Amino acid sequence: MNPPILQVEGYGKHFQLHEQNKLIPSSHNVSFSVRAGELTALIGPTGAGKSSVLKGIYRTYLPSAGRILYRDAMGHELDLALASEHQILELRRCEIGFVTQFLHCLPRQATLDVVAQPLLGLGVPREEARQRAADLLSAMNLPERLWSVSPATFSGGERQRVNLARGFIAKPRLLLLDEPTASLDPKTAECVIGLIEGLKAEGTAMLAIFHHPETTRRLADQVVELAPPPAVEELLKEIA
Amino acid sequence: MNKILEVRGLSKIYGPGCPQCLESTGPEADTNLCPHCGSVVAIHDVSFDLFEGEILGVMGESGSGKSTVVKNLYFDQAPSSGEAIFFDNDRQYDLFALNAAQQRWLRNHRFGMVYQNPNLGLNFNISAGGNIAERLLMSDLMDYGAIRERAKTLLARTEVLLSRIDDLPKNFSGGMQQRVQIAKALATQPPLLFMDEVTTGLDLSVQARILDLILEIQQELKTAMVVVTHDLGVIRLLTGRAIVMKYGRVIETGLTDQILEDPQHAYTQRLVASAL
Repeated sequence: MNPPILQVEGYGKHFQLHEQNKLIPSSHNVSFSVRAGELTALIGPTGAGKSSVLKGIYRTYLPSAGRILYRDAMGHELDLALASEHQILELRRCEIGFVTQFLHCLPRQATLDVVAQPLLGLGVPREEARQRAADLLSAMNLPERLWSVSPATFSGGERQRVNLARGFIAKPRLLLLDEPTASLDPKTAECVIGLIEGLKAEGTAMLAIFHHPETTRRLADQVVELAPPPAVEELLKEIA
Repeated sequence: MNKILEVRGLSKIYGPGCPQCLESTGPEADTNLCPHCGSVVAIHDVSFDLFEGEILGVMGESGSGKSTVVKNLYFDQAPSSGEAIFFDNDRQYDLFALNAAQQRWLRNHRFGMVYQNPNLGLNFNISAGGNIAERLLMSDLMDYGAIRERAKTLLARTEVLLSRIDDLPKNFSGGMQQRVQIAKALATQPPLLFMDEVTTGLDLSVQARILDLILEIQQELKTAMVVVTHDLGVIRLLTGRAIVMKYGRVIETGLTDQILEDPQHAYTQRLVASAL
């Protein structure tokens, strides 16, 4: 059987706010695995720490507990919770993509360059990278007149398409998706679902949070339900 | 990816120093001034690695010692203790064990520095082109025509009007002075560049264009940079990793997005929370 490329074991995340002397529980005791060519969907109520799982894997958050075992393209296994900053940067450049809920990009950069950026990081020549970005953007129905301007003035749906195109373009081995279709009209959402299916068929492993249960039903090979984290007092006892 | 700079235990104390200096200063003591001997512990035990083509941010408020770090590495000052190794292709240099001539050679050939105050980086008594020529001469380019051509290329690249190549930098705007400084720093195509608050005090629109220029240069030339700033916007825009300093000590280090979204130290949390 297809071995997992990502195994999350007992992942937990809480925030220690020193100024207010507060502990904020987020994800708690989350375990699952993700395989190449499959999509694993995280479900659960608001506040169950779904996004915290994705951010912990990408190391935008420092995990508080557990192991995040990732098997890289060379077959080496490493714990993303403990990996060095340079190891993480290298994985972000070559293997792990993240489509966040909101588009973060450099200001004043043309949309075409925003989308082409991951390819440039891999050493693809600029002209070729821009051409591939253009192909992807037209496949996603983003009007060509928008390509040369910054996404700063775009509508929510247009921005999200730029965000997705940037996440898809380099065909990462592992792709993290945080509500990728939430702000899209039905036609574009359908197109994005098609692209996700295409990437899956090419072997990308995906871990996703979807806004609509219907999307989860259509795309997920595996569903992981997260429970809300324990109350602060219990968490304190546990980590003491 | 290859390491280009390795800094270990860098310290700089102004004053006589005493055995209690270190325990009486730092973030816990809430000061960098030793109450026993009056020495200033500007930085203590600063360590980090820098990789080729990477931009590292050094953040903290005034007096945190962040500028002292780059001044020591660029040989503007000598550290009190500590070590820094510069890896240059297949050679390596133990920076603080070199003699003055060797240090000057590295400064002129392999390092670049852009200061907050253009007075420090530019000679205001010679033209913009002359400033660049000066650096090229120091790095052994002697042919007049070649120097002039290279100066023109650099000024064009940093968007300084070529018609002003023979003007004195004192007659330039602040933003333009920074561009000339950047052109001068880049003249020898150094693999390592230090930037000390380069956009502080400039108009927002000028800041934006300078930051864009720095990013473009980094992408074109793959120059490794240490960027010192108190501005979280600059950190977010330019850097991949950052270290946070307070009263001369490194209190936190991490990926830039992690420091901004999940800061660990109380001081960093306050800093990020107070961003506009």
